[in-house]
This record gives sequence, C-alpha cells and structure tokens, in this order.
Amino acid sequence: MSTTAVIHDIHGLTKTYNMGEVQVHALRGIDMSVEEGEFIVLLGPSGSGKSTLLNIIGGLDRPSSGTLLYRGEPLNLDSDAEMTAYRRRHIGFVFQFYNLVPSLTARENVALVTDLTESAIPPEEALALVGLGDRQDHFPAQMSGGEQQRVAIARAIAKQPDVLLCDEPTGALDVDTGIRVLEAISDANARGMTTLVITHNADIARIGDRVLHLSDGRIVRDERNRQRLAPSQIRW
Amino acid sequence: MQILNIKLWREFLHMRAQVVAIAFVIVGGVSTFVMAVSALDSLRETRDEYYRQYRYADIFVRLGRAPEQVARRLREIPGVRAVETRIVAPVSMDIRGFDEPVTGLVVSLPDRGRARVNDLYLRAGRRVAPGRNDEVVISSTLARAHRLRPGDHIRVTIHGKRRRLRIVGVALSPEFIYQVRAGAMFPDEKRYGILWMSRKALGRALDMQAAFNDAVFLVHRQVNVREIITRIDLVLDRYGGLGAYARKDHASDRFLATEMAELRTMATVFPVIFLSLAVFMLNISIGRIVILQRELIGVLKANGYDNFSIGWHYSKLMLMIATLGVIGGLALGAWFGHGLSRLYMTFFHFPFLDYRLHGYVIVIVALAAWIAALLGTLHAVRRAALLPPAEAMRPEPPPRYRIGRLERLIAGSASPVTRMILRHIGRHPFKSALTVAGIAFATGIVMLSSFQRNAIDYMIDLHYRISQQDDMKVTFIEPTQRRSLYSLYGIDGVHYGEPFRVVPVRLRHAHYQYRTVIEGLPRDSRLRRILDHRLQRIDLPRKGILMTDFLAQILHLRPGQMVTVEILEGERPVRRLPLVGLVRQPIGLSAYMEIGALNRFMREGPLVSGVYLLSDRHRNLAIFRDLRDMPRVAGTVQRQTEIVNMRIIMDRLIVFFTMVTLILGIGVTFGVIYNSARIALSERGRELASMRVLGFTRREITWLLLGEFGILTLLAIPLGFVFGYGFCRIMTYNLQTELFRVPLILRDDSYAFAALVVVTGALFSAWLIARKLKHLDLIGVLKTRE
Repeated sequence: MSTTAVIHDIHGLTKTYNMGEVQVHALRGIDMSVEEGEFIVLLGPSGSGKSTLLNIIGGLDRPSSGTLLYRGEPLNLDSDAEMTAYRRRHIGFVFQFYNLVPSLTARENVALVTDLTESAIPPEEALALVGLGDRQDHFPAQMSGGEQQRVAIARAIAKQPDVLLCDEPTGALDVDTGIRVLEAISDANARGMTTLVITHNADIARIGDRVLHLSDGRIVRDERNRQRLAPSQIRW
Repeated sequence: MQILNIKLWREFLHMRAQVVAIAFVIVGGVSTFVMAVSALDSLRETRDEYYRQYRYADIFVRLGRAPEQVARRLREIPGVRAVETRIVAPVSMDIRGFDEPVTGLVVSLPDRGRARVNDLYLRAGRRVAPGRNDEVVISSTLARAHRLRPGDHIRVTIHGKRRRLRIVGVALSPEFIYQVRAGAMFPDEKRYGILWMSRKALGRALDMQAAFNDAVFLVHRQVNVREIITRIDLVLDRYGGLGAYARKDHASDRFLATEMAELRTMATVFPVIFLSLAVFMLNISIGRIVILQRELIGVLKANGYDNFSIGWHYSKLMLMIATLGVIGGLALGAWFGHGLSRLYMTFFHFPFLDYRLHGYVIVIVALAAWIAALLGTLHAVRRAALLPPAEAMRPEPPPRYRIGRLERLIAGSASPVTRMILRHIGRHPFKSALTVAGIAFATGIVMLSSFQRNAIDYMIDLHYRISQQDDMKVTFIEPTQRRSLYSLYGIDGVHYGEPFRVVPVRLRHAHYQYRTVIEGLPRDSRLRRILDHRLQRIDLPRKGILMTDFLAQILHLRPGQMVTVEILEGERPVRRLPLVGLVRQPIGLSAYMEIGALNRFMREGPLVSGVYLLSDRHRNLAIFRDLRDMPRVAGTVQRQTEIVNMRIIMDRLIVFFTMVTLILGIGVTFGVIYNSARIALSERGRELASMRVLGFTRREITWLLLGEFGILTLLAIPLGFVFGYGFCRIMTYNLQTELFRVPLILRDDSYAFAALVVVTGALFSAWLIARKLKHLDLIGVLKTRE
C-alpha cells in the first residue's frame, strides 16, 4: 500500500447530552484517525456512541470537547457556515431510515443534493449506479425499503463526496436487500470514497478494511480485517 | 433550489385545506381594506370628476334680495373665477296619485347658456327653453320616485301661486348629490325634490325680476376662501345676506365627507384586526410544520443546505399562503367594494360611478400580507434553521406532560381520555391560548354585525320615539307671528301644537366654529324632549344655550363657558351666550334655547318658524290638504316618515355590512378552528392510530382530538364577547360623526348570535376532521419509527 493521506484526525472527543433531567455521556474520549479511501466499520451495541461519533465526524453535531482535523486542518465546529460548507463539499450521508423527502420522486430526491454542487454527477447516473435506473420517477411511498435506501445512497454519492458516512444502512432491511445496499456502498468505496459504516451486526464488519469496536463511549478495539469480503459473501 | 421548490409546491397542494383555512383570515383583512379603500377611491374620484365637470360651487350664499347689478361687484372680488346669481325658493308640489305633501326647492337656470356654476347633468329630455314660463326640469330622484317623465305635468305652488308645469327634462346637479330638505338627516325621494325653471319665469313668479336671492361662486386655485367669504358678506350685508359659506359646509358635500370618513375608519380598523390574527395563525401553523419536518430539515442540513436556504424555503410556503389570501381578498374585496359603491349610489346621486381599484391598493395589501406572513413565520423558521442537524434528525424527545391543577380538581372522575385532553391543553398553554384568541377574534367580528342593528334601533328609539313626540312638523316660509298658529290649531284632527323658532347660526369658540341652527322651544316642551346624558328630561333654561354634547366637543366648549353666536339672518348680529348644559342626542347636531329667550336674543317679537302638531292619524291626509292650501306653510314632515326614511338607508347599509361581517366571521372561525384541529391531527396522528390499534373506538379518539377544541371553543366564546365589546367600542368611537353618534349597545341576542355562529363553524370544522380520522393508517404507524 502506498503512503495514504489522513482524512480525519480525532483527539479527545467527548459528548454529553442533557436529556431533560438526565445527563448521557455518549462519548468519553475518542482518539482515532481515518485514512483516505479506507472502509471503516464502527461496531457496537446500541448506546455505545457510534452514531454520535459519526454525526460529529460528519459535522452534524458539536462535541463537548476535543478536536477534529480534516486533512490536517482543524474544523471550526462552532461555525455553522463553515460546517455547512464542509458537509456540502466533502460529506455524503446515508441514514438508517433513509430520510427521503416524501413529496419528491427518486430523481428529485437525488437532485436535491446535486443542485448544491457543481462537481455532482447527474441524478440519473447516480441512480443507475445503485441499480435504480428504472425507478427514477417513483415517489418514496411507491418503493420498497431497500430501494429507498439505495435512493438515499445515490443521493449521498451523487455529489461525489470525499467521505461517505452510513448510519445502520441495513438496519431496517432484510438480508437480501441489505446485501444489495452494502454492495452499493462497497462500490462507492471502490470508486475512492472514504467510507464509514455503523452497524451492530458483526457479520457486516467483515466487508470493511478496519473495524472499530465501540462500547460505552470509548473505542475498545481497533482491528484490521486480514481479508476483506465482498458483501455477497456474507450472511446474517 | 428548483427541487426544493417542487417540494414546496407539492406540500402546498397537499395541505390545501389548511392553506385555505389560513388564507381565509388573510382574505378577511385584505378584503375589508380593499372594500373600504376602493369604495373610498371610487367615491372620491367620481365626486371630484363630477364636481369638476359640472363646476360645483366653492362658495354658497343666500340673501334676501339684491338687484342684478350687485353681481358685478361680486365678480370683481379678487380670487373669484365665476359667479352665478340665482333665484331659489321653496315649492310645494301636487303629484297625481300621491296624497301626502311633496315639497322642495325651485332653482333658477340662466336664460342664456348653461349655468357657469352648478351645472346640470341631464339624464333625460332637455333644458328649459329660454323665456318659457311653463317648463320645468325635475330632479332624477323625484322622477324615479313618482315615475315622472318628460312630457308629464305637475302642479306646483310657488310663493302662494298655483301653476301647472310641463316636465321637459330630468337632471342631476353636483349641488344635490345628497338631497335632503333643510333640517332633515335622511333623503325622502317621494316627498322632497328639486325643480329647475327659467330665471325669467321664476323672477316673475317671485316678483324678483332683475334681482336674485342666491349666489354660487367658483374661485381660483390657491386663494384664501375665508377672505373671499368675508368680502362677499360685506357686499351682501345690506341685501339681507345670510352669510356665505364654503363648499365643505354645504350639506351635500358634508354628508358625503362624513361617509368617506367612516370608510376611512373601516379601512384601518378591520384590516389591522384581521392581519394580526393572521400573524398568530401563521405562527402556529409554520411552527407545527417545522416540528413535523424536523428530520427532513436535519437531512437537508446534513447534505449541506445552509440556514438561509432552509429558512427561505419555509418562508416561501407562508408567502404562497399569504399570496393566495391576497388574491382571494382582492377578488372578494373588489366584489364588496363594488357592491358598497353601488349602494352609495342609491343615496348619493352621481350621474356615473367609476369603480376604481388602484394598483397602489394591490401593492399595499400584498406587502402587508407578506410582512404579516414573514412576521408570523420568523420565530418558527429561525428555530428550524438553528436546529443542529444531528438533533433535528433525532426524534423529538417525548413531550413532558404533567398533572395540571384543573385535572387534580376532577381527578377521581375523569376518564383517561379526558385526562389526556386536559394534559394536552396544559402542555401547550401558549398554543392553546392562541387558538382561544383566534376563536375569540372571530366571535368578536360576528358581534360587530348584530351590534350595528341594535345600535341603530336604539338610535331611532331614542331620537324618534323618546325625544320626539309629535306627529308632524309644519314649517313656515318665513318667521311668522305666533298668533297665526290659531288657524292651524283649528284644523280638524289637530289635537295639540307647540311652536318652534329656528335660527341659522354660526357658533364660535376660540378658533373653532360650526354652522348649525338654534332651535327655540317652549320651556317644558312636551313634543320635543331635551334629554341629558342620563336620558332625563331637561327644562329649557330662561337664559343661555344648550347644545348637543358632540357639538360642544367640536367647539371645545364646557358648560359655563361663553359661546359666540353669529346669527345668519336678518340683521346678522353677533352676540355671546353662556353654554348652560349638554344634550344627549344621537342624530344631528343642534343648539337649543327657550323660545321666549331666543325671541329676546333676536330682539324680535313672538315669532315662530313652525309648529309641532299632535294629530289624529286617521285624519292626516285631510290635514295635509288643509295645510297645502295655507300660503305660509313651506312644508310638512311626518315623524313616522322620517323614521321610515332613516330605516330605508340604514337597512340597506346594515344588510350589506351584516353580510360582510358574517362572511368574514364564519370564514375566520372556520379558518382558526380547522387549522388548529388539523395541526393537532398531524401532530397526534400516530398517537391516535396507536390507540386505535390498542382497541379504542373511533368515537373515543375523535373525542380525544376534538374534545380539546370543544373546550377551547367554550373558553373562547366568553373572551370573544370581551373582544366583541372592544371592537364595537372602537367602531363607535370612530363612528362619531356630525350625522350620528352610534351608541355602544349590545343586547343579549348579539352575544347569542355570535356564539351560535362560532359554534356552527366549530362543528363544521370538527366534522371535516372527524372524516379524516376514518382514514387513519393503523398499520403504517407500527412499522416506522416516530
């Protein structure tokens, strides 16, 4: 492997939520780095802090303390404008519940994002990449969960982000559908997008380069898969 | 950006019922404003155009008699552009098929050419041919009331002489846009009319050849009218001049101006009320939309949309709703405005009406509605934009409910559903308060409609039934010796009479002044009761003057202060009198004195201007015939006819405004309740569906959702009564004119009616929502997360 650039460098990240009368310590000090082109799986039970970490990396949430460097530059996490620009240029998101706009068709949902960036690929092409070339004019309500999730992936990859962040992308799907979704994500990674996927499913972890085990707000193990499997090779 | 617009448009269509509900409120504000302003503009521009084209006089003067040569001196007064000298005289008419007395004024027309001032607009036929003494042009109102046409004949008595005249034309004059007999408030088209005859013929009839008793003037622009008036008075002083006065003091123009002032009030009060309500409603609605779409907002932000784009996205939705309201309001307002203008045409006589809806009106309403929409949206949009995206995408934490005081009170007996209702109201006190306020607004608006009817009934009662007790009022051509009354009292069917003396005056205090009359009445007059502010009868004092409270207000006078009285007849002396008391009188403005005191003040003998009579109603026609044959009698007015005349005008106006307020009141009630209930349904659809899954019946969940609005509506109605009282108060305050002082009278039926309308609106909205509850998706709710 040639020398690769570090995309994210994270030090001492903590996050505390005030949920009404209780305080929840979601992250208790995270140190990690993400290299360009890597496929990282964040594995852990629910409540372990995976989503919080992903949200902070994606600029959706502010940490309570700690620093986050993007390509060696510290991100100003308090500046809304800067974080918006960061998300717009560099980050693609895929959520567990797809979060499509119900009043827009598949193509329009993708176009929602491609409108924002000049370097984007056409929505039709993005949909074709996830195997939905023939479903472009369907509304979310007319599509299955797997199809909706692939629209969400198309939406995330259409603007060709540097980093693709996926929060439990298969959590709401059955195995076969889930595998097709993972294939779409793997393809995106193969095209050079650094990819972080959250899951609590250990089988899925085998398709990544690296697996970070989270528990109670800490990274408890950082391991590298000796052999990366194709999504079609796994079952759960 | 285009894609967001598509989303916007589809959502706009999807929430159409709610859109319509909010738009209704905006329609309310916009339409009242457009109605009032467009009617006002139309009236003003029609009037100005008519005044200009037909050369309506700037200055008017009546006098005893002056030789025609004096006209030259009048023409030479600096600033005067044109003078028309005329002969004007009272006339009584005998119209076939109509037994009651018809009176009016006959005005001379120049023998050569058209009048330089106060020209006629001919509706039919032609002008009087020069020198013809048997031809007459009649006013269009008289023609309409009695179906008279050119070619018909009428019998008239002028200056005691009877003659038969042939009608050659039907006309209108800018001088008589509002056409009432002197001293009356309301037009009486059947019993009062204007005639125009040749100057020569009228001069012969009145023995006024080469003389005149009336003059009208046009002046140049930017001249001092008061100064010209002073000079005219100087010239005419020795010819019995009664004091020249400016256009704004001319009855016709004054009535028109009063009406316009009322329109101006309407153009400000109502729209402000409606638009502030719209701000409230937009605020609640957008707030709920933002909460329902918080995940979506999170996704948009996650994908790099900035705060401004998101804020602007939701603002656009509200602007679209506002625009819909503006369009609806413009259409409804133009319809109302056109209707109102046409209504005015029935008692203001213009030859034409130009209905005008100007561009500036559209710009103002659009800006006002947009600003209202943005104001209403500001808070919610700000909240939406500032939501950190990660937080936005997390479902809202479950709302924190608590056990309220009210619930504790009824703790034992309340069912779980009732408890849920109470907790829900208690959890959103601000939102519940806004809903209550909105329904209360609507209640108040409906109250305005029935208030007007009550107030006018009360005015008529007070003025024509309590104050006035006579059956008819007989006026003489000129002040007459008191002893001549005996011949009147002798008429068969006349039971009793009381004389009165009316003197035209200009009252002055400091730099305030007002033209009116002083009416002299017997000290303990039975037929005209003078009432104080507690509606107790006042005996007329032997010294000093009483006046209508509103007149004292205009003159900035308090009882005890001296008022300067400039008498506008005879020698035209100027004297001072103390104001000794105030009179409560809802219609018209006048001053009162004891008749003997007035005679002494005038330094005249026991003169009277006329008499109030009590009569046998069944013999009235015979009495009229006897009176018509008396040469000194200028006219007779029956109190009952005055009431009817007032009712005719008032009923037209009331019917119109009741329609307007009802449409708006119902629209707003529906708008507020439907909108709030619809929001509640979208917020709680999942909760309700879950309850259905658990085994609750549709009836139970309907009650759960709508029970809240039932309670809020019941809470809102009493508050609405308070609002309604306030609105009516604002109206009465703003409707204090020289013509009327509308009293603040609200009877039980006003309250009951408003409550009924609001409850009906609420039930209708409830029915619509209940229908939606049928289609609740029970399966979907279990599948997806909140």
